[in-house]
Formats: sequence, C-alpha cells, structure tokens
Amino acid sequence: MALDETNNAFVRFDRVQKSYDGESLVVKDLNLDIPKGEFLTMLGPSGSGKTTCLMMLAGFETATHGEILLDGVSINNIPPHKRGIGMVFQNYALFPHMTVAENLSFPLEVRNMGKSEREAKVKRALDMVEMGDFGGRRPAQLSGGQQQRIALARALVFEPELVLMDEPLGALDKQLREKMQFEITRLAHNLGITVVYVTHDQTEALTMSDRVAVFNDGVIQQLARPDMLYERPDNSFVAQFIGENNTLEGTVKSLTDDTAVVELDGGLQLQCEPINVDNVGQRTRVSVRPERAELNLNNLSQDACTLTGTVQEFIYMGDIFRTRISVAGCDDFIIKTPNSPNQKRLSPGQNVKFGLNKKDCRALDP
Amino acid sequence: MLDYSEKYSMEVADGTPLKKSLARSLRKEKLRALALIAPLLIFVLVTFVLPIGTMLTRSIDNSIVEEILPRTVLALEDWNEKGDELPNEMVFRSFVEDFQDAIADKNHTKIGSRLNYEVSGMSSLFRKSARKVKKWDLTDNAPIKQKLIEVNKAWGDVETWAVIKTHSVALTNGYFLNAVDMQRTPFGAQAQPENKQVLVKLFIRTLKMSLIITGMCILLGYPVAWLLANLSNRTSNLLLILVLLPFWTSLLVRTSAWKVMLQNQGVINDLLVWIGLITEGSRLEIINNQFGTIVAMTHILLPFMILPMYSVMKTIPPSYLRAAKSLGATNWTAFWRVYFPQSVPGIGAGSILVFILAIGYYITPEIVGGTDGIFISNRIAYHISSSLNWGLASALGAILLGVVLLLYWVYDKIVGIDNVKLG
Ligand SMILES: Nc1ncnc2c1ncn2[C@@H]1O[C@H](COP(=O)(O)OP(=O)(O)OP(=O)(O)O)[C@@H](O)[C@H]1O
Ligand SMILES: [Mg+2]
Repeated sequence: MALDETNNAFVRFDRVQKSYDGESLVVKDLNLDIPKGEFLTMLGPSGSGKTTCLMMLAGFETATHGEILLDGVSINNIPPHKRGIGMVFQNYALFPHMTVAENLSFPLEVRNMGKSEREAKVKRALDMVEMGDFGGRRPAQLSGGQQQRIALARALVFEPELVLMDEPLGALDKQLREKMQFEITRLAHNLGITVVYVTHDQTEALTMSDRVAVFNDGVIQQLARPDMLYERPDNSFVAQFIGENNTLEGTVKSLTDDTAVVELDGGLQLQCEPINVDNVGQRTRVSVRPERAELNLNNLSQDACTLTGTVQEFIYMGDIFRTRISVAGCDDFIIKTPNSPNQKRLSPGQNVKFGLNKKDCRALDP
Repeated sequence: MLDYSEKYSMEVADGTPLKKSLARSLRKEKLRALALIAPLLIFVLVTFVLPIGTMLTRSIDNSIVEEILPRTVLALEDWNEKGDELPNEMVFRSFVEDFQDAIADKNHTKIGSRLNYEVSGMSSLFRKSARKVKKWDLTDNAPIKQKLIEVNKAWGDVETWAVIKTHSVALTNGYFLNAVDMQRTPFGAQAQPENKQVLVKLFIRTLKMSLIITGMCILLGYPVAWLLANLSNRTSNLLLILVLLPFWTSLLVRTSAWKVMLQNQGVINDLLVWIGLITEGSRLEIINNQFGTIVAMTHILLPFMILPMYSVMKTIPPSYLRAAKSLGATNWTAFWRVYFPQSVPGIGAGSILVFILAIGYYITPEIVGGTDGIFISNRIAYHISSSLNWGLASALGAILLGVVLLLYWVYDKIVGIDNVKLG
C-alpha cells in the first residue's frame, strides 16, 4: 500500500521542515502527496507558510530538513531552471522590457526551440487565454486581468506538467476574479496539468480545488475535498477558518463511539459527533454551521436536540435572513434561513425554538 | 432649443465665454506656480546663467583692440596686410596718438598682452616702447614712422601691423581657432605651427580617458550596486555607508592618498618589490601619467555610478529573476536577458553623470596627472589663472559644453534619454 502511494504521488513532500532564522520553524513536518492532474490549493492565514512551501517546490528556497520528490525523484539538489515547473507569481512578474509575445517566447527560447515552432506555440498559448491580438503589446499596456492571463499563458506555454500559482488573483476585483477562477480551473482540467495553488481566499479555494490543504502555523490542519472541509472540519481552526461557524463551548458529559453528550456552558445538553474529544469531562467546542440550525422542528431527526434562544437581531439580506440569537451562553449564534414565502421573520426580543441534528454538531478541540 | 443648449454649453453662469474663463483660471494657476519657483529662477539666473553667459561671450568678444586703438584700426583699413609694404605715415601717426592715450589711461599693457596671445613678444614690445613714446610731442607734425621704427625695429616689421589688423575685429573667431590648434591670419584660418598644437590632442585625450574612467566605473560599480540592492537591509545600509565614506573626506586628501599609494616609493611599489614581483630597479611608473589619473578618478567618481545604479536596481523586484528561472533560464540567461536590460537606465544615468563630471575634472589630473595625464580643464585653468587668456579659456569651455551636449544628443538617439532613471 505504501509503495503504491509513492508511485501515485506526482509531488511528494516528505517530512519537510523549513526555518529561515534557525530559531523557529516556519514549516513544521510537512507531509503531502499530490497525485497527477490534481488541483490542490494551499489555504491559510497570512504567514502560515504557504508561499514558503511553494518556493521550496519551485526551488527558490531550500528545505531545512526532509525531501521533496517530483515524479518519484528527489529534487532537493536540482536548480529551479531544471525543474520544469511553471509558476504564476502574485504580481505576475511579466518582463516589462519585452512584449507579450516575447514574454511567452522566452521559456521556449531558453529551451533552444526553433523560431517557427516558437511562434506557433506562442500563438496557441495566446489563443488559449483569448489574448491572440495582444502579442505586440507591452505588459504595462494591459489591464490587470489581461496581465494575469498572460502570466498564466507564459507559465503554460512550455507545457510543464506541474504549475504553481501564488495568489495569482489577489490583485483583481471580485468580478474579474470569479471569471479568472473559472478560466484557470477550465484550463487546468483541459490540459490535465497538476496545479498547486496558494490563496488565502477561502471561497476561491472551495470553488476551484479538487483538494484543499488548510495551513496554520506551518502545519497542515486538514487536507480534504472542499465539501468535506466545510461540512466535516477536523478541528476548531478549520471550522472557524472555513465559512461561517457557530461555536458553543461546553464540557463532555458522556462519550460513546458515535455520540458525545456535551453540557453547554448555558446549561443545555447537546448530542454531538465526537470528532476531537477523547474523554469525559474534557472541555470542547461544538461547531455548528449557521444554515444547519432548523427552525422547523418537524424536520428534525430523532437524535436532534431542541434549544430555545432570544432573538438579538434580524437582518434581511435578500436571498437569506440572518438572525442573531443568544443561546446557551453564546451571544452571537447565527442562524441563516432561506428567504422563502412561508419563512417567518423574527423580531428582536422574541423567543425562538430551534433544533440541531446530531450530525451537524461537531465536538472539536477546545 | 438647439440654439439654447449650444449657447448654454459655451458660457459659464455669468455669461463670459467658457474658453475665456478657463484661460483666466489657468492663467491664475500658472502665475501662482511661477511665483513659487521665482526665487529659484532668480537665483539660478543670477548665479548660473548670467556668469556662464558672460563667460561664453568672452570667447568671441574682441572689442578691446578697437577700443584702445580706434584711430589705428580706422587708418589700417586701407592698408593691404597681405602685401609686404609697411603702412603709411598716417597709420603710424594714428597709432602713436592712440598709444599715448592708452598710456595715459594705463591701457597699453592690456593691448600688449591681448596681442601677445597671438604673437609672443608683443607684450614686451608695447611695454618697452611705451616708455619712450610717452614723452613724444606730436604737435610739430614731424614724420613719425622712422622715429617709431628706431624705438624698436619690430615696428618696421609688416607682421606686427598685420597682427594688429587681423585681430582688430570686434567679434573674432580667433579664440575658437586657437582652441582647435588653428590661428587667425591675414590669409584666413591656418593651422598652428606643429610645436604649438596641443589642444586638440588634449581634447581627444580628455574624451578618451573620460570614456575609460566611465567604463571602469561601470565594471567596478555594477556588482557593488547589485549587492547593495540584493542584500538584506541592514547589511546593505552598512555597505552603502562604505560607498559614501569617500564623500566625507576632502577630495584633495583622497587624491593625495593616491599619490602616497602609487608613487615610485609608494605603498603599491613597495609591496610589489617586497613580494618579489618586481625588482628594486624596475619600480612601476604608475603615477604622474594617464594610469594614475584613471585609477584615482575612477575611485573618486565611483559613487556617482553606484548610486543611480543602486536606486534603479532597488526597483527591480526579485520575482523577475525567479520568474525567468522558473521558465527555464540559467542564472546567466536570467541575468542577461531579464535583469540587465532593466538595469540599463541606471547604467545610463550613472554613465552620463560620471562622464560629464570626468570630462570637466580638474583637481585630480592636476595632482596625479603629470604631463601626459592632464585634462583639457587643466589647460582652461591655466589660461584663466596664469596666462590670463580668458577668451581662449572661454572658447575651450564652450567647446567642452558643445561636446557634452553633442554626446548627450547621441546618447538620446542610441539609448533614449527617457531610458535614464535616478530611481
Ligand atoms: N525570506 C524570509 N526570511 C525570513 N523569514 C521569512 C522569509 N519569508 C517568509 N518568512 C517568514 O516565514 C513565515 C511564513 O511566510 P510565508 O511567506 O510562507 O507566508 P504565507 O503563508 O505565504 O503568507 P501570505 O498569505 O501573507 O502570503 C512568515 O512568518 C514570514 O515572516
Ligand atoms: Mg504568500
């Protein structure tokens, strides 16, 4: 099995550690396998070591300890220009003194490719990002989104099997960003390339990736498909970091293999999925997604618990209603309900009863 | 309706035409801007443009002969300076009258030294003759030609009078001709005698050595600037201080230090002898020649190359090099194709700065240049303070200015002046 996995992994970080100053570890014991053709996103707060990992993979930083393997071969001692990894930089790094076509031609020239072949490839790459007419322009004469597409085309034009992108959409406005997210994923899947993508925008990570690695403090907190990440966070950090989250603090009262009963600080008892709790009496944080609180008590399953809270605030947001409730010692428990004709609108001060299914309550580390 | 809207769009609320009120408001702004820069403008005008302007006019101004010898100049008009006949009695009489007036005004030495620039001996001729001519009584109308020739037989020489006539024009090209090793003669512009031709050679040497110095500064400065731009802030600040350190010591001290280093019994020679590379008898001649000048000036001008380069390199993000390498370029290709072209504006700015400073440098060549390492500026200084031939000095200065402007133009044509950045 282990052997099998090694063969499957196109990129493998094997117990990689990195320290810049010799005092603290920026990346702590990173193990990560990326199969061929996968779109993997590294997501995490600022300073969590994402860029560092990418730079080690690209060859611009050396791992302090551990090994990075590409297609089964250790690349620790291979200089960046021999790794054949395409890279899109956060500020695009298009060469300002060259035209767009020259920028694209550059990686082909350094590979000693013939002129006609170069021109054909450049043209194809430009067409691929729908920038065919812009070959003669300088990067400074392009808009941000156009520059971004050229940077992408340049990273792809020499047909690398692995492409790294470090927050490539950070500088774009929301609309353009969404359009480019779509284009990047489309291209990646059409070309069948492996992509390691860095972002600290969680929506971007969730919509684009096959798998997401959530980084914090130099450690991967969870590596999973986007839906798993959102619905089944492994720990409170991931629960907090991905999407909106309600946290109820309490103590574990009883514990079986599939159920943890938690006594919330407000006195209520709640049945939860035991994810990160080991023994009775332990402090825990129960994570509940805002849209999983059920106001229609008829819809609840058998293992659900019912809670009563007081409405603090009701916000009309168009497609949804957002209600802030104080319940069980928590003042900002959020409930999101869809704006449907028979959904009642609550008013502040009103008492409200709602239910939580057991599978939606995850008892995590305190 | 159309009429109304058109009228409306062309006028502001109070009925004045839009264009006029726009121009008025712009004029106000311009005046305010002008008032802000006025002090600087006046300062520059008074301390820079005016002195340089008057200095430059000296290179063609020759009114002195006409002013001091007005009657002579008039009388000489009919005389043929190309023949070999002496001027007539009338010219001699006018000259002596002018001469006596000049002596009374104590101007006779001035005209003497002015003409001495052209033919040596003129100064002493005027000075010596003045003692005798001073006491002559001209009222008796006695013939004066022979009398003057008896005072000094140079007055019986056609050439003396030819010189006076040739250089009597108010605006002369004589200084410029002199500046390029030619002279103004009765027969038009002619080359100076072989042994007096030094200035063109000096010009060429100045340009050549300035180019070499600029080239050396580029070679030595580029890696330092690169280091400065790429080291961590703390180390690069330290290095920057080292680069700027020379500015804290006087130029004279630095140049003299080179003298100590390079002279025959100096540090370098001693060291070479000590390690046995050269023998006691074959100590290197590395000062008081072109080599010494190049070494010392490269050292002194290096910061002027490093600083503009550094400030340009500082603006080149390291991600460009990384991008190039990730695209498959070797270190060298990445540098040469991506980094270097972007640092060219810094090289351009530094080169212009160093070259222009070098071409007009004076102190260092004076101290360490010996005879074959001096620059045109040393000659200019000589003419300003020793020979007092300010006209020639101005002409040399004007030519130098012209050369700099010409090179600037060439640079603009080849590299493009908008390709020069100071940061
Ligand atoms: N060249 C460097 N020298 C020293 N420390 C560094 C260097 N680069 C990064 N660090 C440190 O390493 C840590 C991780 O940095 P990294 O750039 O990998 O973060 P990141 O996850 O990419 O953050 P961001 O989302 O802000 O880009 C940070 O604490 C940072 O200060
Ligand atoms: Mg980063």
